[in-house]
Amino acid sequence: MSLDKATVAKIAHLARIKVPEEELDHLAGELSQILTFVEQLGEVDTNNVPPMTSVAAQKLRRRKDEVTDGGYRESVLSNGPETAEGFYVVPKVVE
Amino acid sequence: MGALTHLTMAEALDGLAKKEYTAVELTEAHVKAVETIRPLNAFITETPDKALEMAKASDARRAKGEVGPMEGLPIAVKDLFCTRGVLTTAASHILDGFKPEYESTVTTNLWRDGAVMLGKVNLDEFAMGSANITSYHGNVVSPWSPGEVGNWSRQLVPGGSSGGSAAAVAARAALGATGTDTGGSIRQPAAFTGIVGIKPTYGRCSRWGVVAFASSLDQAGPMTRTVEDAAIMLRSMCGFDPKDSTSVDMPVPDFRAALTGDIRGLKVGIPREYRVEGMPAEIAKIWDQGIEWLKAAGAEPVDISLPHTKYALATYYIVAPAEASSNLARYDGVRYGLRVEGGNLKDLYENTRGAGFGKEVRRRILIGTYVLSAGYYDAYYNKARQVRTRIKWDFDEAFKSCDVILTPTAPSTAFAIGEKMDDPIQMYLNDVFTVPASLAGLPGMSVPAGLGSDGLPLGLQLIGRPFDEETVLRVGHVIEKAADFTATPPFVA
Repeated sequence: MSLDKATVAKIAHLARIKVPEEELDHLAGELSQILTFVEQLGEVDTNNVPPMTSVAAQKLRRRKDEVTDGGYRESVLSNGPETAEGFYVVPKVVE
Repeated sequence: MGALTHLTMAEALDGLAKKEYTAVELTEAHVKAVETIRPLNAFITETPDKALEMAKASDARRAKGEVGPMEGLPIAVKDLFCTRGVLTTAASHILDGFKPEYESTVTTNLWRDGAVMLGKVNLDEFAMGSANITSYHGNVVSPWSPGEVGNWSRQLVPGGSSGGSAAAVAARAALGATGTDTGGSIRQPAAFTGIVGIKPTYGRCSRWGVVAFASSLDQAGPMTRTVEDAAIMLRSMCGFDPKDSTSVDMPVPDFRAALTGDIRGLKVGIPREYRVEGMPAEIAKIWDQGIEWLKAAGAEPVDISLPHTKYALATYYIVAPAEASSNLARYDGVRYGLRVEGGNLKDLYENTRGAGFGKEVRRRILIGTYVLSAGYYDAYYNKARQVRTRIKWDFDEAFKSCDVILTPTAPSTAFAIGEKMDDPIQMYLNDVFTVPASLAGLPGMSVPAGLGSDGLPLGLQLIGRPFDEETVLRVGHVIEKAADFTATPPFVA
């Protein structure tokens, strides 16, 4: 599998990571190399093999849907780079 | 530095109980040792004041007769565990200034049992790496590096990702350290630095408050200088936690009691697929030596087959990046850490993440994003999850004819910083022996077994059945005794 520059730019956009134009070629090479490496999995017969969902072989526990904890607004916000009036601040989203 | 920093945890517990020294004295010696080893860059944050305060509290508890299983033992914490009010970086630029408002369950358990925190130790960024060369806070140098301290003739890697943990413990600056292991990040650095490291069964240690890399693989575990110390520390770290949905609700055994030395009649699986092509002669030799030691102790080696071993790395390098790309979506410049402004919200995200993630992390997020994207999900991600099932089945089958599996931990001794860096695949091959047990969620431990021709440590790995850490520890203890590994790094505090 070989990725081209445009595909890498598209993935970078999907991942919301700004990648400088001049690094795209090199990155395309590296990612292609990794994808070529993983292609060997095609050799494995996986007919009727269930995809692993949990390695621990246990069902997820259920609990009552009730509030048992909370009320930490100040703590939650304390690491925010920019906050005001009990909220995170981001650039204007709605025109 | 005096003998206090060369004690094992078991010896230190004895000395504290006999009042030969106090927790404050033991901690002061280690605080000084942490300063001495600064050239290794093992610590990101030193917390001497907190350490002394915790040591005082420990002495006060002891005076009242309240003695926890790790009472007064100074340890280092991998900087992937959230520690309340103490900088937690995951060795990434993107978590600049992050001081958690909460404490991870594993560290909470350790403090509950009396341990003392010396500081937060370096790692590969977000635990992604096998050499501790991807940290935003700089490379960690192995105390095994030859030459003059700070002016080494060859700067060796301590392994990774728990490289700071390994370096601190090997250099006698901490009695033990927490590590985390996703594909070998406890076991490989333990092997490279001549110490013991155990990754317990997936679900044994709570992941709550541990910065996530690949959630279906991440497990915490102890890194110590002896198997007995690993047993002591593992017991304190484990335990059911309702805050982690994959935490397993079962009793934690007294692992130390498992170290009986008696392995007579035990069947030790030797997987033929691990004799990989091009395996260095000294790795094959130490493995054969390990088999001989176990035979001499009355165990029976059994030839086993794990046919999908060769596909483990490729599986891992789909599953782990896929989960990482999802987990690391949370670093958005809004809620914590670094923020690089942009004209709009999308630019803020892209600028922050572009500036905040290092190259290896970026590479893995992009691979993960690609294999999860529309049109490729089945071909890559689902295929990898199916192969993962087959790898797990291999182990299930093998454990029908053996009780524990013995392999080398890593395919080489430690290499130098700068080597293997151009080719990501070459670097990934470091984990060839450790990744399969991770994919199958099994307990795995590395025990120092000897020195290579270059004078550097070699480790042997034991892999056990799910939740059978006791057998792993018991057999590891036998290997430790037989190997009588007493070599210390050229640079110790």
